[in-house]
Amino acid sequence: MITAEQKPLKEIIEYISPYDRILLVGCNECVTVCSAGGRKEVGLLASALHLNFLKQGRTIEIKEITLERQCDPEYIEELVSEIDRVDAVLSMACGCGVQTIVERYKEKPVFPAVNTKFMGASESQGVWAERCQGCGDCLLGITGGICPVARCSKHLLNGPCGGTSNGKCEIAPDVECAWCLIWERLKALGMEKRYEEIMEAKDFRPAGGGGPRKIIREDLSL
Amino acid sequence: MENFEPEIVAFCCHYCAYTAADMAGSKRISYPPNIKIIRVPCTGKVDAIHIMKALEKGADGVYVAGCLEGDCHFKNGNTRARYRVEHVQRYLEELGWETERVTMINMSAGMGEFFARTALEFTQKIKQLGPNPIKHIKDKNQKAVS
Repeated sequence: MITAEQKPLKEIIEYISPYDRILLVGCNECVTVCSAGGRKEVGLLASALHLNFLKQGRTIEIKEITLERQCDPEYIEELVSEIDRVDAVLSMACGCGVQTIVERYKEKPVFPAVNTKFMGASESQGVWAERCQGCGDCLLGITGGICPVARCSKHLLNGPCGGTSNGKCEIAPDVECAWCLIWERLKALGMEKRYEEIMEAKDFRPAGGGGPRKIIREDLSL
Repeated sequence: MENFEPEIVAFCCHYCAYTAADMAGSKRISYPPNIKIIRVPCTGKVDAIHIMKALEKGADGVYVAGCLEGDCHFKNGNTRARYRVEHVQRYLEELGWETERVTMINMSAGMGEFFARTALEFTQKIKQLGPNPIKHIKDKNQKAVS
């Protein structure tokens, strides 16, 4: 999923201060799962904003709404009935959600309330870790299912480097060395030979080096 | 300000603090009437939004009273509650509010005297802090509407 974290309240308040009527929009997908911008977080932020502005002697109107999926124009249509009643939109979705609203409602200022972080998996309750960088050419089939692009600090394709120590990366004692993990995994699978194959320099154009990426599926187009 | 009587919301766990409040009553130990108790099945049920809404609606202070650490009837509800209280405190700090308006207290069902004492101490602390900063604005708005 795409992970996100709420921005500092000070920054959010600065964005919306000039406006009196705010549409606070959450998303029921990734940001709900990582507790950054779901229905509950929308309520919490609205409450915090009320506390802030009331303390300043200002009453602002905050309409809370949480869409099924904010990165999909189909669901963004649900805002049609609300958009003219507000001065600005504050989105708690990832950057994709914010931009989908911007494209649909061009006349309204739209501000992000979260910082979109990375594509990650849940390690335990309340802990998310980066697992994929969307490089566009997946290597997991070669590396025993552990991604060196996302999990090696240097993105090495032929590791480990000299900074590995007892299975940990030199950048921090709690960061596992991806190449140690890969080696252990290949060994467990009896695929050690695969480790000896030298990987060629990776083409990073599919990773975004060739400009903004797009997927077009004509079989699905209407 | 001298006559300020704070409104304090206390989320009390059914298995400990609520019973402790009961015990305080049985023992005829009085505690300030400013405390409005909301009984919850476990403090793990109390979410940050409940605390924030209480403040938004004008509560001058909020505390969550759960079981002693390690004694939660549901294993770790009180620990979760403490994290949530800390989360709200960080929010309040960001907003420039006094973080002491919200706190977590731990006690067992047998600590009736402690319940009364903490209720008194918390009430005194809130009296020192003064009213919820948004209360007068809300009152003014309400008067304007009526």
